Amino acid sequence: MWPIIQIELFKIYKRPRTYIAFGAIAALILVIQMGLKIDGEAYAAFLMKDINDTLTVDGKVLNGYLICYILLQLLLVHVPLLVALIAADMLSGEANLGTLRLLFTTPYSRTQWVLAKFVAASLYTILLLIWLAFLALFLSMWIFGTDDLFLMKSNYVVLIQEQDVFWRYLGAFVFASFSLLTVAALGFLMSSLANNSIGPIVATISAIVFFTILSTLNIPLFNVVKPYLFTTHMNNWKEFFDIQVNESNDAITGSILNVAKIKNSIIILAIHIGLFVGASVWIMKKKDILS
Amino acid sequence: MKKMILLFVGICFIQVAVVAQSNPLIERVTKKLNTVNDYVATGVMKTDVAFIKASLGKVKVYFKKPNLLKVKKEGGISLLPKGGVSVTINSLLNNKQYIAIESGVQMFKGKSLQAIKLIPTDEKLDWVISTLWIDPVDALVYKTFTTTKENGTYEITMEYGQYASYGLPSKLIFGFNTKDYKLPNGITLEFGDEDPAAKQKALKQKKGTIEITYTNYVINQGVSNSMF
Amino acid sequence: MSVIKVQGLSKSFGALKAVDQLSFEVEAGQVYGFLGQNGSGKSTTIRMLLSLIHPSQGHIEIFGQSLTDNRSAILEQVGAVIERPDLYPYLTAQEHLTLFAKLRKQKITAAKIEATLAQVGLLSRANDKVQTYSLGMKQRLGIGIALLHDPQLIILDEPTNGLDPQGIADIRQLIKSLSKDQGKTVLVSSHLLSEIEQIASHILIIHQGKKMAEGPTSSLLDPNKTIVQIKTLDDADAKQKLMASAYRSNVLERTEGLYLTIPKLEIPALNAFIVASNIDLVSLEAKNSLEDYFLQLTSTF
Repeated sequence: MWPIIQIELFKIYKRPRTYIAFGAIAALILVIQMGLKIDGEAYAAFLMKDINDTLTVDGKVLNGYLICYILLQLLLVHVPLLVALIAADMLSGEANLGTLRLLFTTPYSRTQWVLAKFVAASLYTILLLIWLAFLALFLSMWIFGTDDLFLMKSNYVVLIQEQDVFWRYLGAFVFASFSLLTVAALGFLMSSLANNSIGPIVATISAIVFFTILSTLNIPLFNVVKPYLFTTHMNNWKEFFDIQVNESNDAITGSILNVAKIKNSIIILAIHIGLFVGASVWIMKKKDILS
Repeated sequence: MKKMILLFVGICFIQVAVVAQSNPLIERVTKKLNTVNDYVATGVMKTDVAFIKASLGKVKVYFKKPNLLKVKKEGGISLLPKGGVSVTINSLLNNKQYIAIESGVQMFKGKSLQAIKLIPTDEKLDWVISTLWIDPVDALVYKTFTTTKENGTYEITMEYGQYASYGLPSKLIFGFNTKDYKLPNGITLEFGDEDPAAKQKALKQKKGTIEITYTNYVINQGVSNSMF
Repeated sequence: MSVIKVQGLSKSFGALKAVDQLSFEVEAGQVYGFLGQNGSGKSTTIRMLLSLIHPSQGHIEIFGQSLTDNRSAILEQVGAVIERPDLYPYLTAQEHLTLFAKLRKQKITAAKIEATLAQVGLLSRANDKVQTYSLGMKQRLGIGIALLHDPQLIILDEPTNGLDPQGIADIRQLIKSLSKDQGKTVLVSSHLLSEIEQIASHILIIHQGKKMAEGPTSSLLDPNKTIVQIKTLDDADAKQKLMASAYRSNVLERTEGLYLTIPKLEIPALNAFIVASNIDLVSLEAKNSLEDYFLQLTSTF
């Protein structure tokens, strides 16, 4: 199957649309970094208003690690939309172009093609994530330096020691790859249902927005379905940045508050990926290629 | 009228007498503290505030007469009570801008301590009143309770070890009042379920402490002003 | 030996029966013309031969093997261009061929790619993106992709669509040469009788999903006969007079309007008869399109 994965990757590499997402991420990150570099102290002061009433915070709060966290918080909501742009076009785009019949009249089976396309879309997604990591983490580390991560959550503050931060980002990026692959798989499923490019992209983005709203609204009726929605779990990369405390309220270095929650989310996302891709394969196998 | 004048003079006399009586102990404390021009201490700092999760961190504490103090976490972010520096013993006793009033003897951790209330004479000072609990035997301050104008009350308790002769503690526990902490979900982008235990704890506990356990002091070796 | 053997093939899209109980055989080395109007079921049949569409009924054997069971092995030996030459606009011809070369078991060398580019006349434009190509160039590249792996069976669905006269002549020449010089089996579809009759050794005519005729081109199409459409002021009167004459057997009865099938050389005599019979003639036109041939078929079947 490697030759067809290569072909799919080559096509992604050659498509101008591929670079929109890379460009958009770079532009967003650089603009936010520039803003925080120029006026970040004011932003930090705003965030730390309640803390500054009681405590004096001494040190480089606005360091590369915090910047990266802020960026991920903002971008990991939007990157799925960029992933949808490619993933939701993988099958329907070719159907629209008419090239799907070129592929499906080769000796490779439809299942192989669909899986190869998903692997290619996944690699693209992961590359996008690596690009995001490079800009959001490494570039921020270079521009803003590193220090402890002083993380202001809704109800409490977590202070993670500098040497205890980097691995958490690695974990968060691995987790985020599951989130984005779920989006890619959803886009893929939508793509298998249509013969034009725009429909599946819009449908995927709409589904993400719809389910994200369900996941964030705290309405008892929705709370029943929330645990099963992929959007509920997509943001749980943040769990890597919460830390356990012992009985005397000392944070335990190297710990994660809720490992089970991360595992549970990964399992649910993986199930979604499996279901979406499985359904795509099934649909494409049954489908008559009329375009 | 005469009686009233006598009473007033009497009260003044008693007060002056009390001040005069407590001065020697404060003087002994001050004298002991004055043997230290500067120091660099290393220690371990523990932050215990309900809404803060922080691990133990190594700190360096820099001091220089008369009242320059800086706590620096080694390569990290440190959290100190706001205005806390102004209520250290050195700051309180600095410049002798206070009236000292003895207010009895109290037992504290098995020691019989002399409580002395300090009332600042300089209105510009941040603190309003402070009580020092001093052991008359070794002239060491074991506890202070200070009310400030803007930052609430601070309670500092101290334990002494090998640097007791300099009046320097081996352990210092800084207690202070904390205010509510809350950031809107829209800013933190946390829409998931909150940690109910943490929330409950934050609501229950309004007092925070910062505890520094000193492992070593380097005394009177000179500290640059740039450290502060 | 049959390269393609189709038995009772049907395909329905809801209530629409696109292909209805179609059976035919294509022998090795034949250029098999698949003739039918637009919407007659040609493309649906071809897509079923290439496993793009699942048949509702029927059986397809290619190279003596069931297509359902041996799809991969069969398609290894098949090259196809289906309808429009749809390609990736952001890739060059060279890149297209290089990519599709990877999909074949056999090693396809750079020299073979270059030779294929030369064969379809795209060598000089090999490194230009397809989005800059004309329809004809795209069609030629599509054929190049189909021929790249040297397949035994070549299926070309409307290969001359959108081509200029020179392009059409080139494709015609290429198909002839594939069969004659290389012994390939070619299944070529078209809605143009003139195209098919020039290249096909055998023809299958399909209409509304059903087989109308099948056989050697020479036996199906008599080059000496033609269809003549007569327009008069009173068709009923004209028909009556023709039916009473020696032309009776030539009149195509089941059609609207007045059509006769006669040898080309007899057209002047027919004209003379019309004048002599006082038929008010408006026009007399010799037809040679597929549509007219269908008229002939539908009247005789």
